[in-house]
Amino acid sequence: MDSAILAPIIGGVLIGLGASALMLFNGKIAGVSGIFGGLLHPKAGDFAWRAAFVAGIIVGGFVLFLLRPDMFGVGVERSLPVVVLGGLLVGFGARLGSGCTSGHGVCGIARLGPRSIVATLTFIATGAVAAFVVNQVFGGVA
Amino acid sequence: MKRLIAPFLIGLIMAGGFVFAGVTKPETIVGFLDFFGAWDGSVMAVMGAAVTVTFIMFRVILRKRQQPILEAKFSIPTRRDIDWRLLAGASTFGLGWGLIGFCPGPALASLATGATELYVWFGGLLGGMYAFRGFDRWLQARGIKRERGAKSTSRQTVSASASA
Repeated sequence: MDSAILAPIIGGVLIGLGASALMLFNGKIAGVSGIFGGLLHPKAGDFAWRAAFVAGIIVGGFVLFLLRPDMFGVGVERSLPVVVLGGLLVGFGARLGSGCTSGHGVCGIARLGPRSIVATLTFIATGAVAAFVVNQVFGGVA
Repeated sequence: MKRLIAPFLIGLIMAGGFVFAGVTKPETIVGFLDFFGAWDGSVMAVMGAAVTVTFIMFRVILRKRQQPILEAKFSIPTRRDIDWRLLAGASTFGLGWGLIGFCPGPALASLATGATELYVWFGGLLGGMYAFRGFDRWLQARGIKRERGAKSTSRQTVSASASA
C-alpha cells in the first residue's frame, strides 16, 4: 500500500492503541487537553499520572524528532498574533467544551457519545470556516 | 511506580501516533479543514483508524474487566445532554484549530522542534485555559449554575464497587 495512506492509518492505530491502553491501565479517557489542563489546577492524587502521560508525549516527540525531523515542522505562514490567538481559542474552547480532538474526536466518538459526536462535528465545521478564511480569503497567510 | 510507568509509555505511543499521522505538521490539519482548497483527506484515515481501534478495544476492556489494572475504577463521562458550553466550547476550539492547525496532543509532541510558533502557541493555550478558569468562576459568582460539566461531578464512574 502507498505510504501516503499507510502512514495515517498506522498513526491512527497507534493513537487508538494508546487511548485503549490508558483505559485498560488507568481507567481514563485519553483527552489530551483535559489531562494537560488538569496539571494547571492539580488535585491531590490526581497529578502524577497526568504528568507522566504528558511527559511521555513530550519525550516521545523528542525521540522521534531525532529520528525523523522531516515529520515535524510548521509549514503554515502565520504571524505571531495569529499564533497567540489560535492558542487562546484552543485552550479556552477545549476547557469550555470539555474536550479536544483526542477526547471528543477519538475516545468520545468511539463510545458513540452524543456530546462528543456533536462537539467533533462542531469543531470541524468552525475549523473549516477558519481555514477557509485564512486560505481562500487571505491567500494562506495570516 | 507502575501507575506512572504505564501512562508514560502510553504517552510515548500517542506521540508515535501523532507523528505517523502527520498531525505534527499543522499544514496537515489546515489542509484537512480547507474543504474548498487542496483538501487533504489523510486526517480522515487517522480518525477512522483511531476510532475503529478504540471502539473495539473499549468494548472489550469494559466488558471483560470490572476495574482498570492500576486504579480502583473506570472514569467514564456519562453526560448525554448537549448544552451551550459544549457548543460554544467546540466552536471556539475549532476556530483556533483551523487558524493554525495545532491541537494540544500533537503540539506537545512537537515541543522538540523548538519552533518559535509552537512555544508562542503554548503561551496562548495556557492563557486560554487560565482565562476559562476565570470565566467559569465569574459565571458561578453570578449564580449561573455550574452545570454537570464540572469535571469533579460529570465523571460518574462505572465500577464494581460502586459505593460512590
